Amino acid sequence: MTPHTRRKVWSAVLIVGFFVLWEALCWLFNVSDIVVPKPSQIIYTLYQRGPALWPHTLQTLYTTLVGFGFGILIGIALGVLIGSSRLAYDVAYPLLVGFASIPKVAVVPIFVLWFGSGTVPAVLTAMIMCIFPIVVNVATGLATTEPELEDVMRALRATKTDILWNVGLPRTMPYFFASLKVSVTLAFVGTVISETVASNRGIGNVMMIASSNFDVPLVFAGLMILAFLGVSLYAIFSLIESRITGWAHRKDEFAMG
Amino acid sequence: MTSATELPRTEDTFVELENVTLTYGRGDKQVTALGLTNLRVNQGDFVALVGPSGCGKSTILKLVTGLITATEGFVYVAGREVGAAPVRVGMAFQNPTMLPWLTVRDNVMMPLKIVPPFRQEYQSKKKTEFRDRADALLKEVGLANFGDKHPWQLSGGMLQRASLCRALIHEPQLLMLDEPFGALDQFTREELWAVMQELWMKLKPTVLLVTHDLKEAGYLATRICVMRTRPGQIVDDAQVPFPRPRTIDMSYTPEFVSMTQRLREMIVSQRPVKETV
Ligand SMILES: Nc1ncnc2c1ncn2[C@@H]1O[C@H](COP(=O)(O)OP(=O)(O)OP(=O)(O)O)[C@@H](O)[C@H]1O
Ligand SMILES: [Mg+2]
Repeated sequence: MTPHTRRKVWSAVLIVGFFVLWEALCWLFNVSDIVVPKPSQIIYTLYQRGPALWPHTLQTLYTTLVGFGFGILIGIALGVLIGSSRLAYDVAYPLLVGFASIPKVAVVPIFVLWFGSGTVPAVLTAMIMCIFPIVVNVATGLATTEPELEDVMRALRATKTDILWNVGLPRTMPYFFASLKVSVTLAFVGTVISETVASNRGIGNVMMIASSNFDVPLVFAGLMILAFLGVSLYAIFSLIESRITGWAHRKDEFAMG
Repeated sequence: MTSATELPRTEDTFVELENVTLTYGRGDKQVTALGLTNLRVNQGDFVALVGPSGCGKSTILKLVTGLITATEGFVYVAGREVGAAPVRVGMAFQNPTMLPWLTVRDNVMMPLKIVPPFRQEYQSKKKTEFRDRADALLKEVGLANFGDKHPWQLSGGMLQRASLCRALIHEPQLLMLDEPFGALDQFTREELWAVMQELWMKLKPTVLLVTHDLKEAGYLATRICVMRTRPGQIVDDAQVPFPRPRTIDMSYTPEFVSMTQRLREMIVSQRPVKETV
């Protein structure tokens, strides 16, 4: 067995073991379903309520991805601006940090006030949740680009845009993808917050209603769906990352996902 | 005179440093790398800069490339302030910095992507003509099968040769070579001298070569400038009279040996007294 497959096997064993242990502890201490449902019961709920949960899952995924997409665009734009201009750095950074420190739950009602409840405030919340890490990482990547790399281009009389496209941005890619992995999970958090507060669709809303009905297995089923979506997107971005920024991960122990 | 876009083909001054002073840093961390340096290089000249380490050789190259600006004095290229004239410049840096996310071939092709007139044709030719050109150059320096490798997969001397290819690929009119053969063994070095000489005789770029190898300077250059340190200045400027094409055998003739000896003594005497800092 190569070390790589051994690592894969071990992590699979660990994940399955976690759920087995959970199940076993529930049986052992006779934990009520109202407090913590057993994994088997959650899976049963997922199966039973699947058709009803499916549209909500799609809604949450859709909202998150749209918000995330806008977040990436705005994040890159702001990051490039802040990372390449001293003035923008000085002006925009404090603003950005201040904005990022605001609890997003507090922002949702404002969005609802402006755009009504539903998909729009959820998209916006997802978006503002994921902008900050992207901006910080892109700006850091650009600002720490080695002057020697830029000199190679400057000796060729390259324009600022040339340097940005051929040195700045590629060099920033590892930072960018690191931030994407954080951001995509944050985007889910944003969507669910907004759905909980102001929507009649989406997993957040389902969990909200389920918990007010003391339908705890359904709440956990919702959590499972969110966790699964989060892990899937994380995995997809890791894969894209290892394709694009393989050059930055030469210690190949870590490079493979 | 020829047309405006064409550079003058006569023995005009192509590069000129006029009373250039260059100070790095500010405040009490100031280092005066160059003090009142004057240098004129004619079109098509091959000038070697020699001198003790830290005397400002790399600084002169960076000034002429426009990477740094003179603290005082002026730098002219092709009769205009540096950077203003549309001159194709090729530079091989002392540390061969390659972009780590590109293959060696893509690194070598980078100037074609940036510099006019090649950049207009880059998208259509990068897979055919330009690619072949990069491969031909890599082959010339003995890196025929390394085009698809990434920079970190090459040794220091290989990187240096790849960096030389990058400096040459767009047929620069002004070529800056900062110890381009420094990390190579004697035999590879001598092979590349021949390649370099042939290339220069064919295309006649104006070359500024920094080197610590006096034999290399004598083999390649038409003129050798000796520098002294603290502050950096040019203290000697001599023509190299040997006919071309020069050969390695020529470097064992008494005239050649006495020339390198004279240079050697001059550099030794220019060396700074050991500082007690
Ligand atoms: N970026 C910099 N900041 C501060 N000082 C510098 C910088 N670059 C060079 N110097 C100083 O300027 C002087 C000349 O440096 P330069 O790199 O031109 O030397 P050099 O002649 O190329 O030396 P070598 O033969 O070792 O390459 C040195 O004393 C060095 O300490
Ligand atoms: Mg140097």
